[in-house]
Amino acid sequence: MNSSLRRLVEGGEIDRSRKLEFSFDGLSLFGYEGDTIASALLAADIPVLARSFKYHRPRGLLGAHHEEPNVILDLQLGTRHDPNARATVEPLRDGMRLASIHAKGTARRDKLAIVDYFERFIPAGFYYKTFMWPNWHLYEPAIRRMTGLGRVDATRHMQSAPHHHLSVDLCIVGAGAAGLAAAQAGVRSGRSVLLVEQRTRLGGALLWHEATIADSHGARWAESVAESISAAGAKLLMRTTAVGLYDHNAVVLHERDGDAGRIWQIRARQIVLATGVIERPLLFGDNDLPGVMLADSSLEYLRRYAVLAGQRIVFATGNDTTYAAARAYAAVGASCIIVDSRRNSSAMEAARAAGLEVIVGERVERALGGQRIRGARLSSGMTLSADLLAVSGGWTPLIHLYCHARGRARWDPQRGALLPGEARPGLRVVGSANGARSLSEALAEGAEAGGGNAADAPACADLPFDWGGAPDTRMASRRYRVWVDLQHDVTAKDIALAVRENFRAVEHLKRYTTLGMASDQGRTSNVNGLALLAVHTGKSIADSGVTTFRPPFLPVPLAAITGARRGELQAPLRRLAIESVHREEGAELRGYGDTLRPAAYGPVADSMLRECTAARTGCVILDASTLGKIEVLGPDAPALLDFVFYTRMSTLLPGRLRYGLALTESGAIFDDGVVLRAAPERFVISCSSSHVTAMVAHLEAWREDRFDLARVYVHDTTPRWSTLAISGPDSQRVLAQLDPDIDLDDAAFPHMSARVGSIFGYDARIARVSFTGERCYEVSVAASHAEEIWRRTRAAGAIPLGVEALSALRCEKGFILVGVETDGETMPHDIGMGRARETRTDSYVGDRSLQTPAARGTGRRQLVGIAADGDTVLPVGAHALHRDAGRRRSIGWISSSHWGVGVGRPVALAMIEDGASRHGESLEFEHFGTLHRGTLVAPCFYDPSGARLHVRP
Amino acid sequence: MRFRHTPYSGWRLLREALADQQGWTPAWEDRDPSNKYDIVIIGGGGHGLATAYYLARSHGIENVAVLEKGWIGGGNTGRNTTIIRSNYFHPQSAALYDLSVSLYESLSKELNYNIMFSQRGMMEIAHDQPELEAMARAANAMRINGVDIEVIDREEALRREPLLDPSPRSRWPICGALLQRRAGTARHDAVAWGYARAAASRGVHIIQGCEVLGFRQDHRRVIAVQTNRGEVRAERFGLAVAGNSSVLAGLAGFELPLQSYTLQAMVSEPVKPCLNMVSLSTSTGSYISQSDKGELVMGGNLDRSPSYAQRGGFRITQSVIAPLLEMFPCFSTLKLMRQWGGTIDASPDNSPIIGPAPLDGLYLNCGWGTGGFKAIPAGGTMLAHLLATGRHHPLSEPFDYRRFARGELVDEGHAGVAH
Amino acid sequence: MQILPCPYCGPRSDAEFHYVGDADKPRPSRDCSDEQWVQYLLMRRNARGAARELWVHRSGCGRWLVLVRDTVNHEVQAAEPMNR
Repeated sequence: MNSSLRRLVEGGEIDRSRKLEFSFDGLSLFGYEGDTIASALLAADIPVLARSFKYHRPRGLLGAHHEEPNVILDLQLGTRHDPNARATVEPLRDGMRLASIHAKGTARRDKLAIVDYFERFIPAGFYYKTFMWPNWHLYEPAIRRMTGLGRVDATRHMQSAPHHHLSVDLCIVGAGAAGLAAAQAGVRSGRSVLLVEQRTRLGGALLWHEATIADSHGARWAESVAESISAAGAKLLMRTTAVGLYDHNAVVLHERDGDAGRIWQIRARQIVLATGVIERPLLFGDNDLPGVMLADSSLEYLRRYAVLAGQRIVFATGNDTTYAAARAYAAVGASCIIVDSRRNSSAMEAARAAGLEVIVGERVERALGGQRIRGARLSSGMTLSADLLAVSGGWTPLIHLYCHARGRARWDPQRGALLPGEARPGLRVVGSANGARSLSEALAEGAEAGGGNAADAPACADLPFDWGGAPDTRMASRRYRVWVDLQHDVTAKDIALAVRENFRAVEHLKRYTTLGMASDQGRTSNVNGLALLAVHTGKSIADSGVTTFRPPFLPVPLAAITGARRGELQAPLRRLAIESVHREEGAELRGYGDTLRPAAYGPVADSMLRECTAARTGCVILDASTLGKIEVLGPDAPALLDFVFYTRMSTLLPGRLRYGLALTESGAIFDDGVVLRAAPERFVISCSSSHVTAMVAHLEAWREDRFDLARVYVHDTTPRWSTLAISGPDSQRVLAQLDPDIDLDDAAFPHMSARVGSIFGYDARIARVSFTGERCYEVSVAASHAEEIWRRTRAAGAIPLGVEALSALRCEKGFILVGVETDGETMPHDIGMGRARETRTDSYVGDRSLQTPAARGTGRRQLVGIAADGDTVLPVGAHALHRDAGRRRSIGWISSSHWGVGVGRPVALAMIEDGASRHGESLEFEHFGTLHRGTLVAPCFYDPSGARLHVRP
Repeated sequence: MRFRHTPYSGWRLLREALADQQGWTPAWEDRDPSNKYDIVIIGGGGHGLATAYYLARSHGIENVAVLEKGWIGGGNTGRNTTIIRSNYFHPQSAALYDLSVSLYESLSKELNYNIMFSQRGMMEIAHDQPELEAMARAANAMRINGVDIEVIDREEALRREPLLDPSPRSRWPICGALLQRRAGTARHDAVAWGYARAAASRGVHIIQGCEVLGFRQDHRRVIAVQTNRGEVRAERFGLAVAGNSSVLAGLAGFELPLQSYTLQAMVSEPVKPCLNMVSLSTSTGSYISQSDKGELVMGGNLDRSPSYAQRGGFRITQSVIAPLLEMFPCFSTLKLMRQWGGTIDASPDNSPIIGPAPLDGLYLNCGWGTGGFKAIPAGGTMLAHLLATGRHHPLSEPFDYRRFARGELVDEGHAGVAH
Repeated sequence: MQILPCPYCGPRSDAEFHYVGDADKPRPSRDCSDEQWVQYLLMRRNARGAARELWVHRSGCGRWLVLVRDTVNHEVQAAEPMNR
């Protein structure tokens, strides 16, 4: 197919020497380097490029950049897939395969085009009024199949985008005339400047409008400014969209590169929005047909891509700005007629003088044609033949980012536009986005916002910008279907209906009709919608209120947003210092909290019994490095610990250990742990593995709140030390082989004490504390020596013990795990540690909460052991049932349950209402419909007297 | 004069199609405030409008006004991710939320307004064994409480949502899931509009653009509210202003145990149907579903600083999306289309506050945290009962604000998850 | 995305900070009433607009600070060390 019928032989930004092959809906086409997908498709003269969302109407290009509502395509290029690619924004690449997305078949032949014949039955919000009988579920699947844009390809994914961070004095969004003037002034005044431009070139509208600035052609002036400011150190980002503006002048930019691109997070002292305007469509019958295009966009296609958007063109307008487009098209030989709703204007006279035909005081009433327009009928009844209807219904400033910064737009009736209202701190809106009426005004505003004087702005041949005024609603009659929001198929009738039904608040109108809620965020539809709302309510646009805009300004790939937060990096796991040794030992590693630890050495189910048995009969070694080692130092350390711990620690003797609980101010168990008094003014808290960070914060909080900061310090040394727990009846013998310089005799080194010394010459702290119920030595050494100690301990006969077996052993002993047995309601007296609550009279965290009526009341869930009836291990999570007059009620649950190797039967811990006083009672436990039985017993199944702690083989 | 609305039906749509849609009447009429009502409800969101509706329908009290400072449904009702579920741990909560789900199931027909409650089911996905065990405990509790819930294994979860990444090497691998089949999503605006229309047709005054500026009290009894449109008196007042509850309480002279935070929600560009249900990642709190329009609707954790800004920061947007891309890698090719925030009021135990305020004549419905939308019919039923009778409905008793002083919290904190 | 001014370290990203609660809320003694305790423990001023808030610069100097911060537009009017 010939792709060059509509392409001029010279001009534009395209490189005719570099031909790019691509396909659309199976057609083989070509374009040139420098084309967007849209410009290449337009050059290929394919009118129908898409089907509309609701009515499956044929659609072509309305715009030339991000304002385009219609042409969103499925894009494939190599491994890349974009189910919703914007044809006007994506540069054309060789080998692209494009397909229309919403049609059943192709955009040209859409089997669902028939839907349009039923339009009268499906007005705005029709789904709220029907599909209720017998049930919405019957209708929903069919409705869902009709919606959505592109199709997700389950086999594709996108690599993440890098994120860059930058602080600048001045971040300028938009590199049109005003933005460039701001950048120039910013650089001159010595500021660091970042200039951001969405298009592939700087210049904004200067790229397709004739202008003379500083005695050169506008586009060339833009180039020279770019060169000079870059040379002076300004940073320029092209193809980059400012997608969101956040607190304290943070700007998020998305730089496109075909894949995820990259994200820039900018912090700017001053933000200048020089974002320009986009044109509004006109409201008339069938204004959605392919071949109806924004006049300014038609000019952009001509000047930047050398594409004739039409050859017989009717320009329909009510402002002078459109005349530039008409003159440009006439100059390249297109036949042009201007239909102007006004009676007179200076541009009209000039156009006539230049030989253009102008029909004054007339409007287009209806576009004529089917799959592409063939003409227009005017309000007088006259019919004009045309292959392009270039329309201008006025201009809409792009103030989205101003709204992100909590700015409220105000309606300007003269310009017929929503302009920025009150100033926002650190933010300036300049140029046409701020309502500038001429090029010189835009340049002056830019220069001033950049830190210069308006007088310093570059001189220009003045180019007035005619805003044209409020939307012209005269042709939005009831006779024809007049589209307001093209992407969501919202028509003027829908707006009338919404008003009739009292959806008059702007947000109600928007939500009821879905006006402006499509992926173009209503760029071309919002203001026309507001104008129609005003017509129907009889209020002014200013009084009917305006909607706001939310980020992102332009859709951003999800892969770009997450950045490096992919895979493990999104929540990095902590790893043990000797993970490689565990892997070598055959460990199955699992995440516990945020740490990867050996669950068992070998498959968990097979290894549990072996490891537990070894722990009860021989010697095991456990990597317990994740246990906290938080040092609290200074003369007030005892007082801080007394305040933070429910269990008093100031009475602990140096060299001794004590188990204790820390509470929240609500009285709930925050954590448990063993505290070592290493010296009179030095304590080491060994708290639960996953609670170290929280425990440090907890200690710091109360330290800061109530203590003399010079008299007590908190210092977390957890990652510096590896802790290897050597446990079991044989552990003393194994430890003795490690060449310790510590007297291991029980009299010299009793349970719940710690010694500092060395093993194999390495500094070590050895604590006798047991989580298994057997004799145990926790050996802490510098992490760098852990591997050697592990290997030598293994050589001395210790068997590795995983976390799962440990959990079974501690369950058999009745030791709790915070967060497993306990939850946010469990208080110390619920787990049998009520003494301090009754005896302590000094203040400690959570003290008062232990005295509330609920804390003192009955019915609290308390820790108990459950002896199963039979040899089956009870299921964790099963609930104890209480039956009362036929109603079942949960009175608690099994929190841990294992095979007890030491006692040779199942063991379980549970939290049961008033459980402590119900030992001996038999209860029913339900687990997914199955009933089990068990008897409440004391939580400790194994060696209640603690004799095993002292046993030697 | 009683206001009547056009009944909605397929038949009526056909008729109006032939009559150029001219026969539709307003869904509700805008009213100016009268100076005296039996009951005034402050807040025209889902809860306030539902309260008005149930007052009229269940208690026969029709001299009721709903005062809304902006436009109805414009707060959290119109800003949430529309998930409806009742998988709560405590029996008190389960009873309340289960009532809500049941009322939602028949709500379209009851209101003659299609709220599009789509019971597509919800999976709370466990990423490791301990989570699965914790789920078993929760699931058993819910089943005993009478909530339909099951735990499904990894294969079943992958079968139900084929785009989930089956790789065990994923940072958030799929180990199994808690499934509630009756859970789903609904059209949030429709809930507000449906209740408004049904309430208005029973005579309730819906007054938009009417902001309460103060409370007039007589011996610690609220007798009137001062608004920007004059003073409005009533026998009893209901407060249903999620996000702003503390502000109104402050005007009335008391404090609540609430903190307002921003909860973000976001949608992707629309795509053809690709998700069957609502999926939630238990470890991260992020969740995703697909709207009838095709957008992927995503949400997750709260922004971390107290805020009334109704907009969130970029970092939380990132942290909401990241786990979802890990679970559904192919969604990385999609684009974020819109992101917004609502102001929720979080209570200490993640359970609502329903009941009499410390002032006579004023009743509270607040503190729903991230879960207010799903509770609208129940919240309305409870507040209507309180306003009509002056006494608690049995289901709202445990949620009285005096529970805090007694230490009787209904701690749903371990659920800890936003929607 | 907020920038919070730490009185010890200067302006830093809000990611480094952790919100604690209302500033100037003394801990009552143990013989207070249930109501006084719940007032301290759970009640929040939760101001819309300027609020005195207690923060901790957790990933920075670790110190506590009081921010006078607007909860609607997030502008920080003042930052001071915690009143001890």
